[in-house]
Amino acid sequence: MPHVTLTVNGKTSSVEVEGRTLLVEVLRDKLGLTGTHVGCDTSQCGACVVHVDGAAIKSCTTLALQVDGSSVTTIEGLAAADGTLHPMQEAFRENHALQCGFCTPGMVMSAIDLVTTHPGGLTEQEIREGLEGNLCRCTGYHNIVKAIAAAWPVMHGHALPAAAE
Amino acid sequence: MNAPFEGIGASVRRKEDLRFISGNGNYTDDINRPGQLYAVIKRSDRPHAKIVSIDTKAALAAPGVVAIYTGADFVSIGGLPCGWQIHNKDGSPMAEPKHPVLADGKVRHVGDPIAVVIAETKQQARDAAELLAVDLQDLPSVATVTAGIAPGAPEVHDGIAGNICYDWHLGDKAALDAAFAGAAKIVTLDLENSRLIPNAMEPRAAIGDFDPSSGDYTLYTTSQNPHVIRLLMGAFVLGLPEHRLRVVAPDVGGGFGSKIYHYAEEAIVTWAAGKVKRPVKWTADRSESFVSDAHGRDHVSTAQLALDAHGKFLGLKVHTLANMGAYLSTFATAVPTYLYATLLAGVYTTPVIYVEVKAVFTNTVPVDAYRGAGRPEATFLLERLVDVAAQETGLDRVAIRKQNFIPRDAFPYQTPVALQYDSGDYFATLAAALKTADWDGFEARRKASAAKGKLRGIGISTYLEACGIAPSKVVGSLGARAGLYEVANVRVHPTGSVTVFTGTHSHGQGHETTLAQLVTDQLGVPFANVDVVHGDTAKIPFGMGTYGSRSLAVGGSAMVKAMDKIILKGRKIAAHLLEADIDDIEFKDGKFSVAGTDRSKSFGEIALTAYVPHNYPIEELEPGLDETAFYDPKNFTFPGGCHIAEVEIDPDTGVTTVVNFTAVDDVGRVVNPMIVEGQVQGGVAQGIGQALLEHAIYDDNGQLLSGSYMDYTMPRADNLPNFHVSTENTMCTHNPLGSKGCGEVGAIGSPPAVINAIVDALKDYGVRHINMPASPPKIWSIINAGRPALAAE
Repeated sequence: MPHVTLTVNGKTSSVEVEGRTLLVEVLRDKLGLTGTHVGCDTSQCGACVVHVDGAAIKSCTTLALQVDGSSVTTIEGLAAADGTLHPMQEAFRENHALQCGFCTPGMVMSAIDLVTTHPGGLTEQEIREGLEGNLCRCTGYHNIVKAIAAAWPVMHGHALPAAAE
Repeated sequence: MNAPFEGIGASVRRKEDLRFISGNGNYTDDINRPGQLYAVIKRSDRPHAKIVSIDTKAALAAPGVVAIYTGADFVSIGGLPCGWQIHNKDGSPMAEPKHPVLADGKVRHVGDPIAVVIAETKQQARDAAELLAVDLQDLPSVATVTAGIAPGAPEVHDGIAGNICYDWHLGDKAALDAAFAGAAKIVTLDLENSRLIPNAMEPRAAIGDFDPSSGDYTLYTTSQNPHVIRLLMGAFVLGLPEHRLRVVAPDVGGGFGSKIYHYAEEAIVTWAAGKVKRPVKWTADRSESFVSDAHGRDHVSTAQLALDAHGKFLGLKVHTLANMGAYLSTFATAVPTYLYATLLAGVYTTPVIYVEVKAVFTNTVPVDAYRGAGRPEATFLLERLVDVAAQETGLDRVAIRKQNFIPRDAFPYQTPVALQYDSGDYFATLAAALKTADWDGFEARRKASAAKGKLRGIGISTYLEACGIAPSKVVGSLGARAGLYEVANVRVHPTGSVTVFTGTHSHGQGHETTLAQLVTDQLGVPFANVDVVHGDTAKIPFGMGTYGSRSLAVGGSAMVKAMDKIILKGRKIAAHLLEADIDDIEFKDGKFSVAGTDRSKSFGEIALTAYVPHNYPIEELEPGLDETAFYDPKNFTFPGGCHIAEVEIDPDTGVTTVVNFTAVDDVGRVVNPMIVEGQVQGGVAQGIGQALLEHAIYDDNGQLLSGSYMDYTMPRADNLPNFHVSTENTMCTHNPLGSKGCGEVGAIGSPPAVINAIVDALKDYGVRHINMPASPPKIWSIINAGRPALAAE
């Protein structure tokens, strides 16, 4: 069986996979990184979102072989080594943007991607549309939207442009 | 610097969040046991069929396969039990067909489990399941209640005539007939409450583990009530004594009712672990969840409201057909009866109510409680009916409600349908919601929308619900096969920190925070020094779990009772140390003091003394500071409130957008306002989901057409608005906290508010009623069938 080599949260591992093995299965079953979740089987819910080479992708619809040699960041790799949380993690906690926590890892990873890819600002509508690929059944999204808006200025180091608010 | 306020009323940030935002949650599928095998379930793809044969030969020979079990292996094992026995009008008990763990001779719905394949890896189990040759011979099937009761309909269970599980009623029919005879107006409405799929984001999972050295079993499962599962599975299905069975429900990713019930897979993995002597893990794929998690709602009703000439309600008559699905899920039978019919008085003084409910078997997934459970069905019926009554009598929608509200001074209020409400102020929640929603300014907004070519509507729902189902004696007399109390063990450690072991279960509700706040409030122990443990029958004395918004009202009350015992014992210890009479010892702000003096002992000093009893009244008092309380409520609690939805419809597409949503709820004492708001927001999102988007659709034969997230329209962030959520609280009068419950109000109050708003938006189109979901094609068809006189035209 083939091997894939991945650098996950800064640590390089080589694991044996089948051709059909999904990235999320490598993360959860081979590397024990169970923070990334599987909530569906149609690539709709986004509980499995991780960053591959800096971009948010759904790890439940990515073959491990497709990302051989890539750098992967999961929810476990967001906080600093001293435990300091990523601003998005902090914003989720501060704004009660999670309840059962199951969608949260994917939601946080998508939210970071959304903020990173919108350096010019994010409107509430853009946040809502940007979350199209992530389902949450608990919060009604209200506080998730708030959390993302709150994390934007922290991540970009300056206030949201007025036009975007 | 003063310590931050972290007691009752503080929006303390949640204790549980750090692990969830860091990827350190511990959900069932995150758990792996040494030597674990994987189970994959072969399910029926037919709605109704005879199992002619199951050929396991090829599958057994497949790589990694350890065992395959079929219904034949479970014949001598009990079926999945139903927890509530309903009696027919004639006093006879309901029809209660066996619900086999694995299908026995027949399959009765798409998703009915036929066989389980157990292999070294999940992939191997999956591959082998594909090799199972199951020969099914199709039988005629029924999917809807109306088809189920039609003359000559196929029988889901042999010998259950007309597929009737029960034919039940509540209320005084003769009085109702008299009220109708004297009415000035009778308003009739036929309506459906759409079938839903709960869709907690975490799919169900279960791991069975057997310890050959002790003979003990452990089940890890995605459950809202591990003790209930232990009781049902141990006593009724597998015949395992409870002391040999531990059930762990670790972090659970949402429930909404769907994880209350005892499911076949739990029994399968537990039983199989004992057979193969290795742990067996099963995790549902989402497609599997769609056809194996209990569904919700699915009522077809006719409602009639009798009014006098002034719009006063004289009587209500309701006839409902409730879909049970193919088998009786754990609490299915209680939902359309004691959680529905009893709620039909709502917030109104309707003096006579008569309800008939027929529960019907169909070839569909079992239906059981889903967030609100019966109460959303009652509320939708009532609040739609009141709006239609307003429309047909020419009365204002708000005025007709106020005219019929139970007055503020009428509590305790006895309804004609068994419940006695202890407290409420429906005028207060109404007034606050009308103000927040700017009801009076609506017509200007309607005009502004019309100028843009959009149809705008506003809708109101004034609702009531019943939570914390109780007392045990009453529910027992109504057919419940369980008590409905709750248990708390409050363990004070020698250094004064506290661990609470609660029989409730948190799967998103934030109990680890809210319940810790109770300890901080009552015992003065810093919030950081309190931990809450739930979800493990080996740690917690007993418990009934979390559903029906009961955790704070019932479980929190049990905690208060346990803490009362802690305080009493602490006072005795303090009296000894301070050489005072116990009657002179008061406990306040974490200190035991001799009244009127500055002599006191801190809570920590008392805790240490209890565990290091050198100077201690050892003849009269046992050492230790650890108390347990079982609390059986005196009554339900009765949250209520007012929800107002404002919608805008695009006539070109039929798309409805909720542009404004206001919820003002009375949930009694609020411990953590942030968490309460979150609960309401989430509930409202599910209610809007039902009103606009979600629908479990079966074809006539019983194939589920909306069986994935590609087909079943879950609400997404861009389908929903921000919500205006607040509370106007009256206290529950019969529990020590005054709390009523907040978990379900959002899902109960909101659907009729949205539909009422849509009907209002479409008032120029002659629309009287719209069944949920108000999907774009449905709305577009209505608009394009009529000849509207649009304001903008």
